[in-house]
Amino acid sequence: MAYDYEKSIRPGKLPHIWCPGCGHGIVMKGLIRAMDACELDRKNTAIVSGIGCASRLPGYLDCCTLHTAHGRAAAFATGVKMSKPDMNVIVCGGDGDGTAIGGNHFIHACRRNIDMTYIIMNNFIYGMTGGQFSPCTPTGDKASTTPYGNPDPIFDISKLAIGAGATFVARTTAFHATQIDKLIAEGIKHKGMAIIEVLDDCPTTYGRRNKFRSVTDMMKRLKDIAVPVAAASKMTAEQLEGKVLTGVLYKEELPEYTAQYADVIKKAQGA
Amino acid sequence: MSSPKAKLEINERYCKGCNICVEFCPTKVLEMDLFVVKVAKPEACIACMQCELRCPDFAIKVHKIEE
Repeated sequence: MAYDYEKSIRPGKLPHIWCPGCGHGIVMKGLIRAMDACELDRKNTAIVSGIGCASRLPGYLDCCTLHTAHGRAAAFATGVKMSKPDMNVIVCGGDGDGTAIGGNHFIHACRRNIDMTYIIMNNFIYGMTGGQFSPCTPTGDKASTTPYGNPDPIFDISKLAIGAGATFVARTTAFHATQIDKLIAEGIKHKGMAIIEVLDDCPTTYGRRNKFRSVTDMMKRLKDIAVPVAAASKMTAEQLEGKVLTGVLYKEELPEYTAQYADVIKKAQGA
Repeated sequence: MSSPKAKLEINERYCKGCNICVEFCPTKVLEMDLFVVKVAKPEACIACMQCELRCPDFAIKVHKIEE
């Protein structure tokens, strides 16, 4: 039977503003399926975002939503979680929002291991502001501010998150639509900081400058570069050149921040 | 030709004509008509749900036909 997405979407909000072929819609569908799978109470779920194309996502969902300043989604989400530790907090944002403008908030939220799920939609560019290069634009690719090719090396968001101390890190792509909801659901169930990096496509500002003739060319590229973690262990370094690993990259159980903080409060009160 | 396994409901107001559903349909049921998708070969549908799963615009619903 057709999946009922519309019960999770605010009435009258569709069609959404994303460009034709933008993968953010696919990620939003995955998030709705994941929230249904975890049976999250929408009244007790906060979806927080910053600024950008990906950060428009919470506006469509019929949950408690918070649309904040550019890059500050993780900081606001930390505030929500600290004041209401029982609330399910999900953060949505793009690569520029999360790792450039909000880079510090991102790594410190990871370090604290606070219980939230951060879905970071990496479309390799700043889409909404006009296609400027982001820390995730591949070296040599063109953006509106790098018309002769981007000289910078890239951020590997998942490795950054693992290095910063997140206890659940997973990566998938907009092509692998069924994997998106499984990983988000796993992230929601995980006690601690869960980072779900979704490689996405931006046909309007990234694709047309980088010789992708159509939306489906970008989707097929996502399919081609993705290698599941289990398959990668049997591949040589040469075969893995230019590929990205998908699936659960890192998982660890460590003390969660709000619980630790509650202990500090008890201690301060002389318990 | 066997009977269709599902009925496709397309919301033309939501469709932006990105071509994802047309490209990934394994039996080529869908076709692009002036930047809006249309069902060209309804009898070929095998109810694999790929179009509904991949449509970024919430424009396609696949209603399986129970036999």
